[in-house]
Amino acid sequence: MFNKDRWREIIEVLTTNVWRTIFTAFGVCWGIFILIVLLAAGKGLENGIKQDFGNIATNTMFMWTRATTKGYEGLPKGRSFEFKIDDVQALRDNVPNLRFISPRNQLGGFGGNNNVVRGTRTGAFNVYGDYPEIINQDPMTVTTGRFLNYNDIKEKRKVAIIGQGVKNDLYDKDEDALGTYIKIQGVNFMVIGTYKKNNSDGGEEGQKEIFVPFTSFSQAFNRGEDVGWMAITANDGSSISQLKDKIVDVMKKRHKVHPEDTRAVGYFDLYEQYNRVESLFGALKGVAYIVGIMVLLSGIIGVSNIMLIVVKERTKEIGIRRALGEQPWSIKKQILMESIFLTLISGMVGIIFGSLVIFGINSLLDSVGPVDMFMSPSVSVGVVTGALTILMVSGLLAGFIPAQSAIRVRPIEALRTE
Amino acid sequence: MIEIKDLHKSYKMGSNSLHVLKGINFKVEEGELVAIMGSSGSGKSTLLNILGMLDGADSGEYTLDGVPIKNLSETKAAQYRNKFLGFIFQSFNLINYKSALENVALPLYYQKVPRKERQEKAMQYLERVGLKPWAGHLPSELSGGQKQRVAIARAMAAEPKVLLADEPTGALDSKTSYEVMDLIQKINDDGNTILVVTHEEDIAHMCKRIVHLKDGVIVEDKKVEQVRAGQYV
Repeated sequence: MFNKDRWREIIEVLTTNVWRTIFTAFGVCWGIFILIVLLAAGKGLENGIKQDFGNIATNTMFMWTRATTKGYEGLPKGRSFEFKIDDVQALRDNVPNLRFISPRNQLGGFGGNNNVVRGTRTGAFNVYGDYPEIINQDPMTVTTGRFLNYNDIKEKRKVAIIGQGVKNDLYDKDEDALGTYIKIQGVNFMVIGTYKKNNSDGGEEGQKEIFVPFTSFSQAFNRGEDVGWMAITANDGSSISQLKDKIVDVMKKRHKVHPEDTRAVGYFDLYEQYNRVESLFGALKGVAYIVGIMVLLSGIIGVSNIMLIVVKERTKEIGIRRALGEQPWSIKKQILMESIFLTLISGMVGIIFGSLVIFGINSLLDSVGPVDMFMSPSVSVGVVTGALTILMVSGLLAGFIPAQSAIRVRPIEALRTE
Repeated sequence: MIEIKDLHKSYKMGSNSLHVLKGINFKVEEGELVAIMGSSGSGKSTLLNILGMLDGADSGEYTLDGVPIKNLSETKAAQYRNKFLGFIFQSFNLINYKSALENVALPLYYQKVPRKERQEKAMQYLERVGLKPWAGHLPSELSGGQKQRVAIARAMAAEPKVLLADEPTGALDSKTSYEVMDLIQKINDDGNTILVVTHEEDIAHMCKRIVHLKDGVIVEDKKVEQVRAGQYV
């Protein structure tokens, strides 16, 4: 199959009419180019959007309380209530497959007043009362010192981990923050660590957060047993979307909320949002494939056409070969191989050009810095091998009809054509 | 070598059919040089095509070297053609993008002879037809006589049982024609069986036997005194 003579013949045939071959090849080249670039663009968009999710554990929901909208068990509607710290244990007991349950409290927030003081400097930051698990749900890199631990919780230590942005605002450039004190709403906390978040995880705001132990927070800022909101992550095997109804029901029961009150417990299901985005990209990829393959198809038809013409032109030659004793399947194989070779080579050129364009876009993105919702477009090796398989098959299909017509001509008729 | 019994062949021309061969009985021994003569439409080319397994007969028997030729699949026919037959055509039918040497080597390629051996053998046959220096030339760079000699070398290369020549001199002037006939005679002298279809008297008389075909039947089959072409060259 791969003997030298056959290849020489393929090259000879394809180079007899160079321009025709090139124009034919261009059709396939263009098709695969479009396919690759579309897929890469889709991937770029996907990367860009997914980056907004950052490293946050996506199998997570957030839950908070709101005023009730239905009266229940003698309690009026419009009643406000708070989650309590016992609720965490209740959830652990009643809902299986939960990985992390982090009760949280918060000070400050968007547009808040200055709430943190150090010496002569002040700043407005988000201050969270947290359990150590939060670092798994809202990932950050501890750059110096350490994060919260359970001893901090147990002993209600007044310690704080501050973000890079906080440090920049409250400290001199090369000042060491560890061991110093900052005053949060009049209460002194010792800085035991600094962290940095990926730029994408909440952007600028993400760097301006302060984490203190949940228990110390409650005591220092008079929250008692109250829990502001919770971040709940399910085990990898199960989805939080399926567990959330159960979680909400447990909360409603514990806080005497009417079972049909849909407003009283608010939640945000990150996993559902993530899935929605995920399926959007699935659809986008599907469209890219369809468009790319359609364009490719017209190229393939071009190849098939040219192969038919080639067969027509070589009718006499094929007749001579058969008179000399060439087997029909050998002729068929020859035509098929020419067709596959032509599609494969032009397809590879298309892939190379596509990759160059992607490479160009990437280096452009690198030089101008991050662009909204678009990041490192790329195609995987899987896609490239997939494209090559498509080419292989389509080359075979493109050559099939011409090859069939080549051996359908009886040698005597082929020889008669003068 | 060749034995034909009651061979019939007709072609369909629209609604009416044309009966071209109307019962041919014919025998060729090994080493014969037979001319098949007849005016155009007498069925001589059809007969040759059937002998060459390029076309099938409607009825009758055809035995080639003891092998009955009947209902062949295309694959089988190609195999037999390669093994038993060498073709020489009026219009040479060389493959024009292949050199003389490659053209001669082609039947050997279909016999799956290794490349090197193929080339050597092809070169031998080219030498035999006196075209060794032209081995690397394309057919377009050769004269008509040279092309036909390449074609003869090609027909010989597979060492077939029978050579079939369809008007081998039809496209050549008389001097070149004689050269080609001289070559054919020499090949015959080596013991090869050759059938030549022609409508030229002088060419026919350079064979050893003349079969006259008229309206699809053999009207005359006679041995003749061979005229050597060498004396005209």
